[in-house]
Amino acid sequence: MMNNFKRVLKFAWTDFSRNRSNNFAAIFVLALPILLATSLFVFQGISEYIIYEVKGKMDVTAFFQQDVAESDILRVKDELIDLSPEIKSVTYVSKDQAMENFIARHQNDPDFSEALEEVGVNPFLSSLDIVTDDPLQYEKVAFFLEAGPYAQLIDKVDYSQKKDTIEKVFSITANVNRFGLVLGIILFLIAILVVLNTIKLSIDSSKDEITTMKLVGASDWFIRGPFIVQGIICGFAAFLICFVISVSLIFLLSPNIAFLTPGFTIAHYFTSHLLIVLLIQLGFGVGLGALASFILARSYLKV
Amino acid sequence: MIKFSHVTKVYPPNTVVLDDVSFEVNVGEFVSIIGKSGAGKTTLVRLLLGLEKPTSGEIFFEEANVLHKHHHQLQELRQKIGVIYQDYRLLPNKTVYENVAYVMLVKGEKESKIEEEVNKVLEITGLLEKANNFPDELSGGEKQRLAVARAVVNQPDVIIADEPTGNLDPYNSYEVVSLLKKMNEAGNVIILATHDKEIVNKLGKRVITLEDGKIIRDDKEGRFML
Repeated sequence: MMNNFKRVLKFAWTDFSRNRSNNFAAIFVLALPILLATSLFVFQGISEYIIYEVKGKMDVTAFFQQDVAESDILRVKDELIDLSPEIKSVTYVSKDQAMENFIARHQNDPDFSEALEEVGVNPFLSSLDIVTDDPLQYEKVAFFLEAGPYAQLIDKVDYSQKKDTIEKVFSITANVNRFGLVLGIILFLIAILVVLNTIKLSIDSSKDEITTMKLVGASDWFIRGPFIVQGIICGFAAFLICFVISVSLIFLLSPNIAFLTPGFTIAHYFTSHLLIVLLIQLGFGVGLGALASFILARSYLKV
Repeated sequence: MIKFSHVTKVYPPNTVVLDDVSFEVNVGEFVSIIGKSGAGKTTLVRLLLGLEKPTSGEIFFEEANVLHKHHHQLQELRQKIGVIYQDYRLLPNKTVYENVAYVMLVKGEKESKIEEEVNKVLEITGLLEKANNFPDELSGGEKQRLAVARAVVNQPDVIIADEPTGNLDPYNSYEVVSLLKKMNEAGNVIILATHDKEIVNKLGKRVITLEDGKIIRDDKEGRFML
């Protein structure tokens, strides 16, 4: 058994080194799906980050009537926290805090300070800023505030103005995920077809050889084994090439495209997910190479 | 050792290649199967190797029915039969040495035995100097001798030669037939499918004559009569 395995490995290596042109084509073709999968993985990372950032910037603000006591507002805050486990945070902003925030935000703009002085009193309302994990929860929160037991305490809920944006972001999130999935499946199918066709060309030239091997009594695995190992070698070579290409491209282009995604560095994302990237590239290369060789050699073994 | 019992082979729609063929080949025999092109000689060989199934009838090898053999048993059977094909059927990506060694590797023989036997057979067939050449670099005669070397290296019980001299000049034909005779003298069963009159007449061995898929003659010391 071990002896046969060694012989299969030896045949595979000898055949691999003798069929350089065919194997070069197979390696090149195997490299394409690996690079596509890697790009898709990085793209997914970027889109996840953008979505996370956008979601983080979304909130619902409930403004309370002028005369509502702070204790009532804090009671609403507690109720909101208990409303749903998906409510990430509820921040109370008092009237004074709201004015301080306004002044700090417009300290370089004297027009705003003058306008505030002319009013003479603090025109700001106390508020609660609510952030949830899921954009869908905002509607629920808004409904609770506008139609719930504390509706008479609330002056207005700043949700309807944000509603369109929230729904748009939610729709984009869902579409990006759906598009990524569909694109991934299409690319995977194309990759399989291209790889199968190229390896078919390579194995076609060995069709007569496979038949002869059967005629002299070789077992299916003794015939198929070297082709599968050759597929694995091609896949591994494609993986090495792709890894070098993707590392070079990412570190070369990372500073140039950083302005598109502030706060997100592709190089950092790549290195922090290195193990997954390695598994994807190795899996696509070696897996596709071995699978294509297995399927094609099998089709010629029916003697 | 080999028995064909009422074997008929019909290719669709209704081309009868073998029609109720029955014969036996015993241990140590040298049998020539002669007939015109399309008489059914190659079909006989393919049926014996289990490459095709007969339409009716039974085929026995060492008393076991070839038709009842499983896939892996057929592979074992093919290891026991050395076949020399008219179109050589060599492995183009392997050297002369590797082509011969392959059939021993398939059988799981040890490396030391493989090296010894392959070198011996290549010497007998005059191919030792070409051991590292690929089949494409050989002449027609050398390719046929390589096919013979591959067929005999495992010392199979039976050697089937399907038109082994079809592409060879008289000198190379003589060389190949001499090798087969030597193998027969060593106790191997030889089945020679041919339409080469001179060779059959010189051999003076058993001759089965096929015509239109039927055995019309089976002579112990036959001659080529068609």
